[in-house]
Amino acid sequence: MRRERTPLVLGGILAALLAGGPFIPQWAIFIITVAFAKGLVALGLMLLLRAGLVSFGQALYYCLGAYAAGALGRFLGIGDVFVQMLCGALAAGLAAFILGFLLAKYRGIFFGLLSLALSMILYGLLVKNEALGSTDGFNILPSTLFGVRPGPDWVRYAVLVAAAVVSFFLAFLVHRYLGTPLGRLAPAIKDNEIRVEYMGASARYAVHVKYVIAAVLAGVGGALAATTVGHIDPDMAFWTTSGEFIFITILAGTGSVIAPFAGALLYEVIHTTAYDLSPNTWQLSLGAALLVIIVFLPEGLWSLFGRRHAHRS
Amino acid sequence: MPTVLDARALCKSFGAVTAAKDVSAAIEKDSVVGLIGTNGAGKTTFINMITGYIKPDRGSIHYEGRDITALVPREITRLGICRSFQIPQLYSSLSVFDNMMVGIGIVLANARLAGYFSRGTPLVPGYARPAEEVAEHLLARFGLLDYRERNAQVLPGGVRKLLDIALTMVARPRILLLDEPTSGVSAQEKFGIMQMVLEAVRAEGTTVLFVEHDMEVVSRFAQRVIAFYDGRVIADAAPEVALADPEVKRNVVGRRA
Repeated sequence: MRRERTPLVLGGILAALLAGGPFIPQWAIFIITVAFAKGLVALGLMLLLRAGLVSFGQALYYCLGAYAAGALGRFLGIGDVFVQMLCGALAAGLAAFILGFLLAKYRGIFFGLLSLALSMILYGLLVKNEALGSTDGFNILPSTLFGVRPGPDWVRYAVLVAAAVVSFFLAFLVHRYLGTPLGRLAPAIKDNEIRVEYMGASARYAVHVKYVIAAVLAGVGGALAATTVGHIDPDMAFWTTSGEFIFITILAGTGSVIAPFAGALLYEVIHTTAYDLSPNTWQLSLGAALLVIIVFLPEGLWSLFGRRHAHRS
Repeated sequence: MPTVLDARALCKSFGAVTAAKDVSAAIEKDSVVGLIGTNGAGKTTFINMITGYIKPDRGSIHYEGRDITALVPREITRLGICRSFQIPQLYSSLSVFDNMMVGIGIVLANARLAGYFSRGTPLVPGYARPAEEVAEHLLARFGLLDYRERNAQVLPGGVRKLLDIALTMVARPRILLLDEPTSGVSAQEKFGIMQMVLEAVRAEGTTVLFVEHDMEVVSRFAQRVIAFYDGRVIADAAPEVALADPEVKRNVVGRRA
């Protein structure tokens, strides 16, 4: 079955990426690394989407992760990529654990809009905060890896390696989670919560856990984006950023843990190309791309692979 | 036989409507009890109170000597009291087999046999077999193997009913409450379904309470009948006695009977 092959496929892509990395042009490395960052956020959204929940506020945790990484450099002088990601994960996870007690009670549009409202509160707070650069944000310290500062030609590759290793590790953990009873509960919660309760499980607990996992992934993604781009600002918490993540998740489909990364990469490529060709109407191109996907591949990009699999078995 | 479930003086009102007035019933272990009454007589309210879906205003429910009145449905399910639904409650986007597997997964998780760090293939409590085998076993018991890979959304009515009941069996209930197991099933199929359900359930050693409108089904399968009218219990006896009771005849069965 496909499930059992996922870890192998993950490992294969990772090895290819690490070996091929030095030969990829710098601009492409940048795009791939950003795709990892956004793919992590989309991976979390996928978990929620499987349970029928759409968070319009995942930018909250993306931004928290980024600011946690930024604060490390600004106040403690730490620029280590792994420490940044770890702190991003912790900050986002802690916030989600607390907010989850509120959000896990809500479903549908209420869950979506409440999560959006929370992310806009963070946006408002950051805009008013002079110490954190207000609307301008601030720059991130140059990235280091285990205390070593790579040469200028190798920084991007080093960050890519860190991004790839961490992303694949997290994707593998999520893949395993999807195989546990709690992970498998997602479609059941989406279909019939009363039945879930009457079979002896707590839907609210399951949603809370998924919400925290999604936030941790978004926090890591935010920290990664911060160190890759080198600059953070409150727009990372703005609702259009959340929209971007939903866009990627729908584009990708929920069929596999690899899908969100593929979706994020496609998104970044379309985004960059469209922006290059026509800076004023790039949204139009993105919209058209999503339209094509929704019409021809309603299950997302991943159905290209899923369908082939269905024929074979 | 010892009493396994004891409902004492349950009262419940919804605004001006009284759904339960001093409802008491002691259910004996391994019995098959039929609950009868017209619509709105309080049968489903009784089931909803036992399974924790609604809390009684007054009165108490004891299960094997333990007060379960304040527990929520999932806690009551974990104790071994399960229910089926008048309108089948399935996971409509999943296949019949996956419906069973979700349920078995919950049982395993509650028994702490399948978590993030557990390895190997755990055995399902009460069945001492791996999850897939238990699913197959129960699907076979309820005649559902032909529908194994079908999506729950597209099943015929009778099959949905059977799957709904099969789902309750994954937790190996000690007490099973069946809310109108034969409603929406054709007259010819009724006896067959009831026969199959009771055989399957009794084979697992379960006490059964079932809500039923068809008096032929009741008199054939129930060992004891509790008749509800206007939120009260108006009769509680063996079927031939209860169904012959004048008040039951007037208010439940209809004059002709």
